[in-house]
Amino acid sequence: MTDLTQMNLAEARDGLAAKEFSAVELTQAHIDRVSASASLNAYVLETPEKALEMAALSDAKIAAGEARPLEGLPIGVKDLFCTKGVRTTACSNILGDFIPPYESTVTQNLWADGAVMLGKLNNDEFAMGSSNETSRFGPVVNPWKAHGQELVPGGSSGGSSAAVAARLGIAATATDTGGSIRQPAAFTGTVGLKPTYGRCSRWGIVAFASSLDQAGPITHTVRDAAMMLTSMASFDPRDTTSVERDVPNYEAALIGKGGGDIKGLRVGIPQEYRVDNMPAEIEKLWQQGIDWLRDAGAEIVDVSLPHTKYALPAYYIIAPAEASSNLARYDGVRYGARKQGADIDDMYAQTRAAGFGDEVKRRVMIGTYALSAGYYDAYYVKALQVRRLIAEDFTKAYEKCDVLLTPTTPSAAFEIGKNVEDPLEMYLNDVFTVTVNLAGLPGISVPAGLDANGLPLGLQLIGQAFGEETLLRTASVLEEAAGFDAQPQDWWSA
Amino acid sequence: MAENNNLISGATGDWEIVLGLEVHAQVASNAKLFSGASTEFGAEPNAQVSLVDAAMPGMLPVINWFCVEQAVRTGLGIKAQINNYSVFDRKNYFYPDLPQGYQISQFQQPIVGEGAIEIDLADGVVKEIGIERLHLEQDAGKSLHDQHPNMSFVDLNRSGVALMEIVSNPDMRSAAEAQAYVKKLRAILRYLGTCDGNMEQGSMRADVNVSVRKPGDALGTRCEIKNVNSIRFIGQAIEYEARRQVDLIEDGGVVEQQTRLFDPKTGETRAMRSKEEAHDYRYFPDPDLLPLEFSQEFVDEIAKDLPELPDDKKARFIADYGLTPYDAGVLVGEAENAAFFEAAAEGQDAKAVANMVIGSVFAGLNKADLDIGDSPVSPAQVGQLVGLIADDTVSGRSAKEVFELMFEDGPDQGKDPAVIIEEKGLKQVTDTGAIEAAVDEVIAANPDKVAQAKERPKMAGWFVGQVMQATGGKANPQAVNQLVLSKLGLD
Repeated sequence: MTDLTQMNLAEARDGLAAKEFSAVELTQAHIDRVSASASLNAYVLETPEKALEMAALSDAKIAAGEARPLEGLPIGVKDLFCTKGVRTTACSNILGDFIPPYESTVTQNLWADGAVMLGKLNNDEFAMGSSNETSRFGPVVNPWKAHGQELVPGGSSGGSSAAVAARLGIAATATDTGGSIRQPAAFTGTVGLKPTYGRCSRWGIVAFASSLDQAGPITHTVRDAAMMLTSMASFDPRDTTSVERDVPNYEAALIGKGGGDIKGLRVGIPQEYRVDNMPAEIEKLWQQGIDWLRDAGAEIVDVSLPHTKYALPAYYIIAPAEASSNLARYDGVRYGARKQGADIDDMYAQTRAAGFGDEVKRRVMIGTYALSAGYYDAYYVKALQVRRLIAEDFTKAYEKCDVLLTPTTPSAAFEIGKNVEDPLEMYLNDVFTVTVNLAGLPGISVPAGLDANGLPLGLQLIGQAFGEETLLRTASVLEEAAGFDAQPQDWWSA
Repeated sequence: MAENNNLISGATGDWEIVLGLEVHAQVASNAKLFSGASTEFGAEPNAQVSLVDAAMPGMLPVINWFCVEQAVRTGLGIKAQINNYSVFDRKNYFYPDLPQGYQISQFQQPIVGEGAIEIDLADGVVKEIGIERLHLEQDAGKSLHDQHPNMSFVDLNRSGVALMEIVSNPDMRSAAEAQAYVKKLRAILRYLGTCDGNMEQGSMRADVNVSVRKPGDALGTRCEIKNVNSIRFIGQAIEYEARRQVDLIEDGGVVEQQTRLFDPKTGETRAMRSKEEAHDYRYFPDPDLLPLEFSQEFVDEIAKDLPELPDDKKARFIADYGLTPYDAGVLVGEAENAAFFEAAAEGQDAKAVANMVIGSVFAGLNKADLDIGDSPVSPAQVGQLVGLIADDTVSGRSAKEVFELMFEDGPDQGKDPAVIIEEKGLKQVTDTGAIEAAVDEVIAANPDKVAQAKERPKMAGWFVGQVMQATGGKANPQAVNQLVLSKLGLD
């Protein structure tokens, strides 16, 4: 039998439908590969028994001709999603061995569509990080290597990106607050889609920054991303920020084999994204992307997003401010880890000092400061004004174009430990991605080439609010033009 | 502005008390403000806690529109500005009974803006108290410190229950005004049905801001007395706190702005530990919730079925029933009382009915510690009894006896007054022959008194009393009076 872990989601679905293999066989192949790949540290919890149980049910469904859209397809779940009866920690010590008695809406949607859960994936603690080095379970190792060095898989969804790249799951759920889906996808040669804010329910996802958090998939292909999004998205009355809007079949938006026609589509190139010290390779790849889309019939338009340079500072006020409040519930009183103290205040202090890692503490402190009396107007209110200006930049740009094309990241994956001591350098990873979260727009990273070291690089397409269909169609054209088929060499299997 | 007659005197002269109240009224709703959990009083600890109330990871608040309706309704009831756009903010602080680590409240943009309430003062004066705002917020849970020698327990049943915080302007000048304000506010809330106003169960409680000043001076520094939960305690707390501040200032001290607690056992207020109040709440808009927006039609729909409120009802009672403002005010204090009166007054002399309701009925209920809804005497029976007095079937004196038999525990409880009068033979004697015989008997038996009465005609009253006694109160007093006068030759 061929290696069942070498397929993408659409191929596996078609193979199952054609009864070339069973869901149990497909799942078992992935379970085996996951357990042989512990050195990547992508999974923080494996659930093989649950996976096989779900797969067996899928086989029954397929046999009965009742296959659902993702029937029998084994995927990994970022540990930020609460999974009923399955330990969920957001990769933070403070949650201890928390086992939620409820299932997040997004994962519930996936299981309802027949997907199979392989386990919980590593991430930066509370999704705070760009390298997956802040997890309580230790760093995730990128399956891609350069000069024999171990590299980060990006973050915060580093477990998701590494797992998909290493084929430890055909797809994975992820979340994106400032780039946490797209940047790891770019670092691992995978596709990462952050939907419009409100497209997926946030109910049951451990919150980092409520006004920015959004769930999305990391996959091998644009088509797979479309399949995943179709299942993940829903209006949820339990999340008032989710939007009551029909969920189209996103896969159907990809017309034909190549995914579609973008003749006449206007692609905007924001001049402000030509940042200082941008590596020549990134610049070159971007130009390549422009050429590919133009060759496919798109019209290239220069646009301006004048407030871009304020996006990163505004983001690093707003996200920590919300986080400082969102994380107040982790106090050791009702669930998770507790350290006893002399009195209640001491118990809080001991519990939170022991439970949170350095990066989380840093952001809680920044956020608390930004919201404090006397600083609120100078920081938080100002940041909200910047946020509005950034959103207006996009609105104006979209008068001239339909989608935007930018690089996903200013560099390829870097070495583990390289930026740990320099948070500002680390935060710069988000420079091309945070604007999208601030404006609540959809964005997708598509693998587009390799750098001189043989590491993958991504291009980002940014769509209009709820313009996922156009975004995916354009992404599939870019994907086809790039023809990215490089794979990391398997050095990690035991 | 009217002269303030409520000054308190100190060593250096008179002082004026300035009072503003923040009343927390629990919205009468079966479910909490942002979760579907029940709000019923008296459940086992932590039996009414949803995943949202317990602030489990990833849980999100969803506004309960019924509570929004109740807030709008209340806003209309206090003739206030309704804000079709308002914002929920997070008020951040750590406490074990606050699971989220923040309270969802409304800070800069409340759902209801300025309004006013009229209060009735003892001397018939009506005073308007300004309302600054009304906003919606979550209640916290309850810490239990008496369940274990060295641990505290937490009951989250109240966590997330919807409260309306109603903030007055500093318009009150005495404890009595503050009490009248709370009573009036409670009456309005009960009329509207938006809060049961039950202070013992904690559905309504007040934070009282107290400061003192020399009349005409600028406002003094205020202290806030937290969570006072009865109208009597509000009075006691104000009296104590105002006196404390006056004494402090007159002794050369300075009032510090602080939060204080009232101890009902000692009748005193004491400062909370500074740690308990040194908060920077870091308010900011709750990113889990969209701004609260509704249309004018939504407000208009609610306005359409607003009930008649106490002030309007009072005016109507005065105009339609000819009641005194005082009686009308007493009757409209509770919607149930007013309804009882109106039912009893149907077809009867309304003033007489008002007297019987305020006198006999309220006294009886008070004594028996009953709510008016549980009155053993129905409104119709009150009306019947008043009718039986009016048509001379029963004397006023016997009517009191009839009422007691109807009201109190016993074989006659709940019977119609006519039945009791018949069974007990309490029918008024109007037979002049019988009365005359009784009068003659009393005159014959008391020649000395007859002589005195000739000197002092007022003595006739003594004879009337004797005759009434002799007839067991059943004689028509007017008939007796007339006969006595004529027999004594005094007419």
